[in-house]
Amino acid sequence: MAEWLTLAEAIAAHVRDGDSVALEGFTHLIPFAAGHEIIRQGRRNLSLVRMTPDLIYDQLIGAGCAGKLTFSWGGNPGVGSLHRFRDAVENGWPGPLELEERSHSDLANAYVAGAANLPFAVLRGYTGSDFAKVNDRIRSITCPFTGEVLAATSSVRPDVSVIHAQKADWKGNVLLWGILGVQKEAVLAAKRSIVTVEERVRSLDAPPNACILPSWVVTAVCEVPRGATPSYAHGYYERDNVFYRAWDQISRNRERFTAWVEKRIRNTQSFAEYLMLQSDANGRAVCP
Amino acid sequence: MNALYSDDEMMTVAAARMLRNGAVCFVGIGLPSTAANLARLTQAPDVVLIYESGPIGAKPPVLPLSIGDGNLAETADTVVSTPEIFRYWLQGGRIDVGFLGAAQLDRFANINTTVVGSYTKPKVRLPGAGGAPEITSSAKEVLIILKHSKRALVDKVDFVTSVGFLTGGDARQKLGLPGKGPAAVITNLCILRPNPRSQELEVVSTHPGVDRTTIAESTGWDIRFSEECGETEAPRVTELDVLRELKARTAAAHGMVADEA
Repeated sequence: MAEWLTLAEAIAAHVRDGDSVALEGFTHLIPFAAGHEIIRQGRRNLSLVRMTPDLIYDQLIGAGCAGKLTFSWGGNPGVGSLHRFRDAVENGWPGPLELEERSHSDLANAYVAGAANLPFAVLRGYTGSDFAKVNDRIRSITCPFTGEVLAATSSVRPDVSVIHAQKADWKGNVLLWGILGVQKEAVLAAKRSIVTVEERVRSLDAPPNACILPSWVVTAVCEVPRGATPSYAHGYYERDNVFYRAWDQISRNRERFTAWVEKRIRNTQSFAEYLMLQSDANGRAVCP
Repeated sequence: MNALYSDDEMMTVAAARMLRNGAVCFVGIGLPSTAANLARLTQAPDVVLIYESGPIGAKPPVLPLSIGDGNLAETADTVVSTPEIFRYWLQGGRIDVGFLGAAQLDRFANINTTVVGSYTKPKVRLPGAGGAPEITSSAKEVLIILKHSKRALVDKVDFVTSVGFLTGGDARQKLGLPGKGPAAVITNLCILRPNPRSQELEVVSTHPGVDRTTIAESTGWDIRFSEECGETEAPRVTELDVLRELKARTAAAHGMVADEA
């Protein structure tokens, strides 16, 4: 049964230094509040996994939480580069960042394999590309039936996966909808999982076949309204595109980034306080 | 260059015209998404747009800023999970056209979106593959749209992220990939297609007002012009109107000026 905790309690209990951690959410429902709390609690040497390490991983990498990154596309969508990610890879700041690079199709398949308790994923992928030269977890296997050579890649089994969803009921059953990404697979592939939700409700009132994670596959569930900001939560709030564009400037140099992290994350008590600092009286984002 | 439209508009219009009505198209974000949606709003109303975040049959009223914007989900025929998109829909052989951008593209249409320079000590770390490696191999054909420059169109890519024709000739064929590979490359100066024998990209159509010297000087290899090389039809008024309205709507929705959209 999932335990209802505060986000601070959940991160303290379930994310440890050196863990492999996947924070998933494909543009939609990105668990920013949880990422901030990991920074606030000063986790180190995490082996981060995420298909699309956008702003949330730029923040974790720049804040010095990461030792390794497994990923398939790292950019600020619609805006440009992730400057902290690039600084870590190109200049080793604030520390070296080991990369394990894959394609979207591979990582999606690798989460499915992890969720299915298999050691590797099989896909028709990578043929002709240079990936296998730089990643020894991309190998090949010959089909025993047809002789076709296919890509075989190690499954993803994080120590802990973190996602954000719209609702959970009092028992901790979780409901999410809209663009689902790999969140269900990430939770099922992980040893432990933390789910932050927009709201805690009496009943999910979900139709059959809705994407539900039963309470007993979730370790901790936390109520964090607007916890996916500046990404969006379908049915709750829109993507804060102003912030995504502002991030390009905030993150461009080390000093400005560090000052931002100090003021907005390390020196705030919670995501609610961060949101207050980050918004004007109408709840709209303000550029710092 | 004609002052009535920009070279970027010519590029987007030329790319949109390549998409036939009814095609099932796997769309990359940015330039491909702009062109694909222009096609949907002009000559290809029944094109099926699939985005890797999961929407199938998306009909966004404004251009998405990111690959998983809410308006893609809201307007889609269905939204499936990301593993399902790649496993059942792309690898399953259901995609007619993969529509991609590229940071670097070489003479055999191999795409690099990984690094400039060496992999371990990159000069520039690019975003990475996303869905492209499997799109270029599994989509029945691929269209590539990018801005023409010596830095973008290079003799040989620093890293093959997504395969085109590898070293040319029958090299791709020998790999046994399901898809035929890049069918055309659309830039702001011209349209290129692979030569049927060598698979080397050559210019098949120059955009109005663009001379061959400009193209040659903007290309990182000794570019050839096909014997049948003609001139691209200039954007029609209706095409420009629809494109500009789409961009204005997008800018208004995302709170930016129209040039950014």
